Amino acid sequence: MCFTQNFWSFFIGGIANGFLYALIALGYTLVYGVLQLINFAHSEVFMSGGFAGYFVVNAVIGQSSPHGLASVGLIVLGTAAGAVGGAVVAYLLERVAYRPLRRRKAPRLAFLISAIGASYFLYNLAGKEFGRNGYSLPFLYPFQTGVTVFGTGIQTYWVVIAIAAMIMLVLLDRIVAATRLGRGIRAVAQDAETASLMGVNIDRVIAQTFILGGILGGAAGFLFGLSSGVVYSMGFTPALKAFTAAVLGGIGNIRGAVLGGLVLGVAENMGVICAPTEWRDVVAFGILVAVLIIRPTGILGERLGRSA
Amino acid sequence: MSALASTTVSLFRSARQSAHARRLVACLLGLIVLAVMTGPSGSNTAPVSGFTGSLFHPRVLVFIAIGLGLWGLITAQHRWGEALKRTNDNLMTLPRRMMPDRRVRLVLYAALLAVAILVPLHVNAFWQDVLVDQIGIYVLLAIGLNVVVGYAGLLDLGYIAFYAIGAYSTAFWTGALPVHPPMVLNAFWAIPFAIGTAMLSGVLIGAPTLRLRGDYLAIVTLGFGEIIQIVATNLQGVTGGSQGVIGIPHPDVNLLGIHYSWLIDPLPYYYLLLVFVVAALIAYSFLEHSRVGRAWTAIREDEVAAQSAGINVLKYKIMAFAIGASTSGFAGMLEASKISFIEPGDFTVQLSILILVLVIFGGMGSLLGAVVGAAFLQWFPWYLKEHPMFGFQDQDLYIYLGAILVLTMIFRPEGLIPSRRRKREFGLAEHGLGTADAMSGTTDPVP
Repeated sequence: MCFTQNFWSFFIGGIANGFLYALIALGYTLVYGVLQLINFAHSEVFMSGGFAGYFVVNAVIGQSSPHGLASVGLIVLGTAAGAVGGAVVAYLLERVAYRPLRRRKAPRLAFLISAIGASYFLYNLAGKEFGRNGYSLPFLYPFQTGVTVFGTGIQTYWVVIAIAAMIMLVLLDRIVAATRLGRGIRAVAQDAETASLMGVNIDRVIAQTFILGGILGGAAGFLFGLSSGVVYSMGFTPALKAFTAAVLGGIGNIRGAVLGGLVLGVAENMGVICAPTEWRDVVAFGILVAVLIIRPTGILGERLGRSA
Repeated sequence: MSALASTTVSLFRSARQSAHARRLVACLLGLIVLAVMTGPSGSNTAPVSGFTGSLFHPRVLVFIAIGLGLWGLITAQHRWGEALKRTNDNLMTLPRRMMPDRRVRLVLYAALLAVAILVPLHVNAFWQDVLVDQIGIYVLLAIGLNVVVGYAGLLDLGYIAFYAIGAYSTAFWTGALPVHPPMVLNAFWAIPFAIGTAMLSGVLIGAPTLRLRGDYLAIVTLGFGEIIQIVATNLQGVTGGSQGVIGIPHPDVNLLGIHYSWLIDPLPYYYLLLVFVVAALIAYSFLEHSRVGRAWTAIREDEVAAQSAGINVLKYKIMAFAIGASTSGFAGMLEASKISFIEPGDFTVQLSILILVLVIFGGMGSLLGAVVGAAFLQWFPWYLKEHPMFGFQDQDLYIYLGAILVLTMIFRPEGLIPSRRRKREFGLAEHGLGTADAMSGTTDPVP
């Protein structure tokens, strides 16, 4: 009875969701790579990106109803705004909640606590400032319709997020593999002390890593908001799933995060075919616990610091 | 024009390098954030009105003035350093120095106990309820979480889940749930079941994750806290779903000729709670100085060394986690049978964070800190809320709690009333000795 109806549709939808999870998961993995710490406030970076994208798109769009190329332009604009918003919040987070503790060589527990504090601060501040009801983004394109391939309906939204995510993933791959910043990130991930002796400015590399993760997470926030709207609490569940994805692929491993995101997105949708939708989050959490028990290093292993 | 630009750039550069300028910027930004936090709220129809209403309003000048004053204070401290610093240090360590020996401490504890016994007799019914539901229960929860975070150095972000488990198992054993127990018990006799179920679920969640890096425990418990809520909402046939459960009976005891029933009046619950709080304090204080407590200390200070000294690290971590969970389960049982109504919305992840703030603010690893921190942080917002001059929305409280977590970690990680041992550990860890937590299993420092 499971796996009969709309199997491919669920499968492709899962891959599209998986790309979103991958974008968020990369924020966890990048920061984990350089600090060996989970950035608990990444969910709020994602949320800030959603709001930044929403406000910019809403301001530009005014009363008009865009279509065709204008829609594409607005999506690009919103994604860029989300990326900037995410980057700003991620940078501030590093400055306020991480750097003072790093200066003092505080224990790991202190970092986690200050990150969770920053996360709740931002979460509730956004709730206070923007109100606690959701905003839906203006209508940019015919949402559910799309093309039909071999009898399987493919939503336009899936195509949009998959293309946007793939562009960003390729760019990130190039940045980490071929730029000075990427070399810095890999060096710090391998051995921070030695990297600093070799002239890498650790503080700067860490801040830039946060910004890089913030760009991806913030952009994902806007893309997520396109279909689900933006609200102060939007970050919690996607971020928990993205973390699962990062662990599933092997935390600290960039390609692992992408693979983990895709696998999680598909697995979660497969679960939804068989169980009621309310249990979607439970499926993802079950996967997290199962991975931690069976293979805590993830599918591809924790390849900290290698070239992506 | 270009001269102006280059002057600005060089000013900016020198400002960046000057510690004074950096501190000034930090103070001003901090106070502006505070201005936004305390300002009016925005809404969906006017999403930026919160920002504009708090920043483009004369009140922001007050905050800027406070920021400048703060900067002046800090600068003064740095310039005329020693004397001021000494006063500051003296103030900071005052609570600890005030109780140098055992007798003074015992007198202090007796006085605290007397206050705890007498206060509820002199407040009105509203505050008696607050004393039980908001203060007493949370003091107990903080004492329990202190075992996990303070003693064992683990981070549990889903602590309220065990509270929910305690509450729901009480509802189950008293026959209030749609599923019926093999025999219906009175709420008092449901206590061992509530504690046992919570402890068991603590072991089940802890055992697979405690083997791993401590960060995983934090995120798994965070997820677990959320899942418990989803399960309670969606398993309609078992938990009563989102409408919750009504009619959980009040406890009564009929033992050795003593017969007593707890009813609606909050006072008897308060004293029952007080008995358990004091019992937990005594028990955990003994535990801290027992073999188990020493094992926890060893694990916190250096996990690898502890392991090679023959300590079964996993066993002691699970033990701490289970003790914490059972305390939480007991608190859940008590609250469920007092209110006699529970719903999934009572057990949000936010509450787990709240309890964490109570422990961190008071001082992790310090029982007195957990009690005083929890009592103060739970009382103060209610005081403000009831006070005609202030008054804020419930949800805004969490903004301040988040800020407290960050600020405590930056400026005073050992908390308000530090545990001496814990404070020393933080100092040592900052000099590269030991870890002061049970997070990594190795002593790798954060770069």
